[in-house]
Amino acid sequence: MNTMIYLRNVVTLELDTAKCSGCAMCTLVCPHEVFKLKNKKAVITNRDGCMECGACAKNCPDGAINVTSGVGCAAGILNGIVRNTEPTCGYAESDSGCC
Amino acid sequence: MSHTINPFVLVPLVSSIPNVSTSWKIADYLGAFKVRWGIRRNSYKVNPGIYKAGRPDKNSDVFVTANYKLSFDILRKNLDGLNAWVLVLDTKGINVWCAASKGTFGNNELIRRIKLTSLHEIVAHRRIIIPQLGAVGIAAYIIKKQTGFRVIYGPVRALDIREFVSQDYRATQQMRTVQFKMYDRLKLIPVELIVNKFYLLGALAVALLISGFTGKNYLISQIFQQLLNSIIYVAAAYFSGIFLAPILLPYLPARSFAIKGFYTGAVTFLIIYFLNGFTGNLFEMFSWFLMISASSSFLSLNFTGASTYTSLSGVKKEMKIAIPAQIASISVGIVLFIIGRLFDIKL
Repeated sequence: MNTMIYLRNVVTLELDTAKCSGCAMCTLVCPHEVFKLKNKKAVITNRDGCMECGACAKNCPDGAINVTSGVGCAAGILNGIVRNTEPTCGYAESDSGCC
Repeated sequence: MSHTINPFVLVPLVSSIPNVSTSWKIADYLGAFKVRWGIRRNSYKVNPGIYKAGRPDKNSDVFVTANYKLSFDILRKNLDGLNAWVLVLDTKGINVWCAASKGTFGNNELIRRIKLTSLHEIVAHRRIIIPQLGAVGIAAYIIKKQTGFRVIYGPVRALDIREFVSQDYRATQQMRTVQFKMYDRLKLIPVELIVNKFYLLGALAVALLISGFTGKNYLISQIFQQLLNSIIYVAAAYFSGIFLAPILLPYLPARSFAIKGFYTGAVTFLIIYFLNGFTGNLFEMFSWFLMISASSSFLSLNFTGASTYTSLSGVKKEMKIAIPAQIASISVGIVLFIIGRLFDIKL
């Protein structure tokens, strides 16, 4: 594992192994090597590496993965609080650092 | 095949598809440099559509990218030596990863763009290569169902494309993983310096304002006398939060970005204090310490957005504690500073 790890035990990532058909798509799209395939089923092996980007859930044809995805961006969250909206980076409208 | 040919849509002549160079001109380097410094970053775009790199034919690969010109430029540069098609989605000038999380680099736009460019007529095969980070917005199984094209997720970095193609479209784990090495972090610093400029100006305004207080009066002349001092302290906070914390990111002994920034701010303050020979009013120094370390902590927390491994849940969690603590620390620092001056407290 050569990626950096953020806070422990915070992410919303959930995997329903019963629904998993073992297509391995999650292992391909995850940028942080969170999943591995064991006995033709996906398993979460690096949960704290998850950055909640949502690529796995989006590409899971079985609907076996659930994650509240979003951008881990303090400026975006502050922006959302100020404007009373969801966290938003606001690139192209303002000139925020993230995205 | 599920698609229908609309007789009112003219199939583009393959020969009329624009060719792109796989090498950069001076203007491309200059453009890349400028956007790294935040200059015209929101209008650095190319037209969405299909392009040729080299001399592609109906069996050549199709690489999909965003219409942020830097994304497009990095892709075409790495297609040097290959004959390929480049399909540019309209992401409003935003890079693949960010656009994918906003949904503009997404299923709808990809399906639409495949139809608009008559990709079915241009290539005989049914596979498209999408940068892996685009997977945040694209669902391969939906694209397959809607267009017949099979999505192949390519490497995270365009730099690995040729190796990826030569290895029969298999990306190694290394190619699939997002890293955040020193150079990746360094590249982000110029734009961070620019986009946070209002915090810099705000902090400078506060520092100048409070430096005018004396025991009995408020002296404008004193603001000028202490101008250099104020600038140094504010610059120290800015530098430690925006430059030092990101550079030292993996080496700072904390997971929280706010704590990392607090450390760099505290150490920067101590270095300045040391360089001054530990002279100066201790009471005032303590208020500077509160202001600088908390400002640095805040700026470092803002770097979570630029980093490639922080989660929304994690950032929210640390913000709940960090933001009130930072506001408290800066406020107490300012109040102590003014009290110290008004009552002429010297320690």
